[in-house]
Amino acid sequence: MLNAKDIMQTQDMIANQHLDIRTITMGISLLDCADPNMDRCCEKIYRKITERAKDLVKVGEAIEKEFGIPIVNKRISVTPIALVAAACQGDDYVPIAKTLDAAAKECGVNFIGGFSALVQKGATESDWKLIRSIPGAMAATERVCASVNVGSTKAGINMDAVAEMGRILKKTAEATAQNDCMGCAKVVVFANAVEDNPFMAGAFHGVGEPECVLNVGVSGPGVVYHALQSVKGQPFDVVAETIKKTAFRVTRMGQLVGVEASRRLGVPFGIVDLSLAPTPAVGDSVARILEEMGLEVCGTHGTTAALALLNDAVKKGGVMASNHVGGLSGAFIPVSEDEGMIAAAERGTLTITKLEAMTCVCSVGLDMIAVPGDTSAATISAIIADEAAIGMVNSKTTAVRIIPALGKNVGDRVEMGGLLGSAPVMPLHTESSEEFIARGGRIPAPLQSLKN
Amino acid sequence: MKAIVTVVGKDRVGIIAQVCTTLAAYQVNVLDISQTVMQGYFTMMMAVEVSECTIPLAQLCDAMEEAGKEMGLSIKVQREDIFQAMHRI
Repeated sequence: MLNAKDIMQTQDMIANQHLDIRTITMGISLLDCADPNMDRCCEKIYRKITERAKDLVKVGEAIEKEFGIPIVNKRISVTPIALVAAACQGDDYVPIAKTLDAAAKECGVNFIGGFSALVQKGATESDWKLIRSIPGAMAATERVCASVNVGSTKAGINMDAVAEMGRILKKTAEATAQNDCMGCAKVVVFANAVEDNPFMAGAFHGVGEPECVLNVGVSGPGVVYHALQSVKGQPFDVVAETIKKTAFRVTRMGQLVGVEASRRLGVPFGIVDLSLAPTPAVGDSVARILEEMGLEVCGTHGTTAALALLNDAVKKGGVMASNHVGGLSGAFIPVSEDEGMIAAAERGTLTITKLEAMTCVCSVGLDMIAVPGDTSAATISAIIADEAAIGMVNSKTTAVRIIPALGKNVGDRVEMGGLLGSAPVMPLHTESSEEFIARGGRIPAPLQSLKN
Repeated sequence: MKAIVTVVGKDRVGIIAQVCTTLAAYQVNVLDISQTVMQGYFTMMMAVEVSECTIPLAQLCDAMEEAGKEMGLSIKVQREDIFQAMHRI
């Protein structure tokens, strides 16, 4: 039988510690929408998405109410558009992006992911068309998210794509300049991208996935932070154990909501993504968890070790709570979306080099970082290459979501609003990486043995 | 299906009676009640059966929240599964 303490604890987590289901994301295959005629292809895409996801928001809202737990986002991910559109005549995929945007609007979801290309070993004609359509697509749409996978542990790093993505991110910033370069907040460059990620901006519905599937992303940095406050000064064994127990509880919520939503929608349940995803709200920060472990400011020496422990304990606690775990699963460290990270970056303690080190042990990568507007495309490409190398060698997902803030410099801020938050412009090295990026070609896949 | 009703507010005469009357109007059966008064604040938890409820559960959540506002109380209705999932393996 339930006791009053358990009931109060759950309610306290929801009301005061920002426990929520971050997203329920419906993955929809669009492979059957391929058509040589662009208009017909768009029509098929619109029809399929609006048919499959018509009840997503309604069901999400009903579950929210019945369980009394917020489901912050309802979203859609689709098959990488570079595959769907490969048969289409025409060089520009912006019409498809507009179709996705319209379908997302019709379904009432705030983001739709999958304007994507997977080019880790090489790019098809269609992949290049998609990549070159990204700036136009980001300018012409509100809810569409794009991603490009440029490297993997098995294939190495496609340096031609890395070079192009530096230029594309600059163009995307220019195309959305009047909107604080917002377009770049919706473009992710991956290495080892996963096929079942429910989190935006990097979600897409992989080709190994079923026709339609429901994935859930949980959150709860506030809950972990609160739990750690009760074990002040105790050894790390206790810290890890406390995080595991908390992650277990949080993940059980995700499992429950995911199974219920998939039952009501008549769609198979995919995975729970065991992520700690912060928001800009006070008390919902990953940085503050690291500081609670005894660091004066996030970014100082010891931060990487603290994050490694956190990331691992979250996974260990969550794995037993769900029958299928997947996605990105771990602690996210987006700068603009985390109140504590913003404060640490403004103070100058959290630098891009420290963030890069942290990405070796966190769930994804360099996320939501604003850099000076005059940063060259080659420097952005070099940052992507560094990050992809970390992912490739360590067999983990890494990503870069970086915002070249046009007309702004170190000390300024980029305001994106809502869950995307605001980012202080961070300093980069000014020395050139031009010749390095100009080489192009492919960085070979790393050796998988003799690991030291 | 079972749900948990939590009622929090300033203690006064007739809270349980009012809440139970409202629930009864929707054919919600009370299975168990535990209540306590902490520093003048009334806190009650009820396990209820909602299978026979005359309106969908989501609407009952709204109706009870609304009724609570009129009585100067915070009333939450949540499916029992959420607590079971979180606290029982």
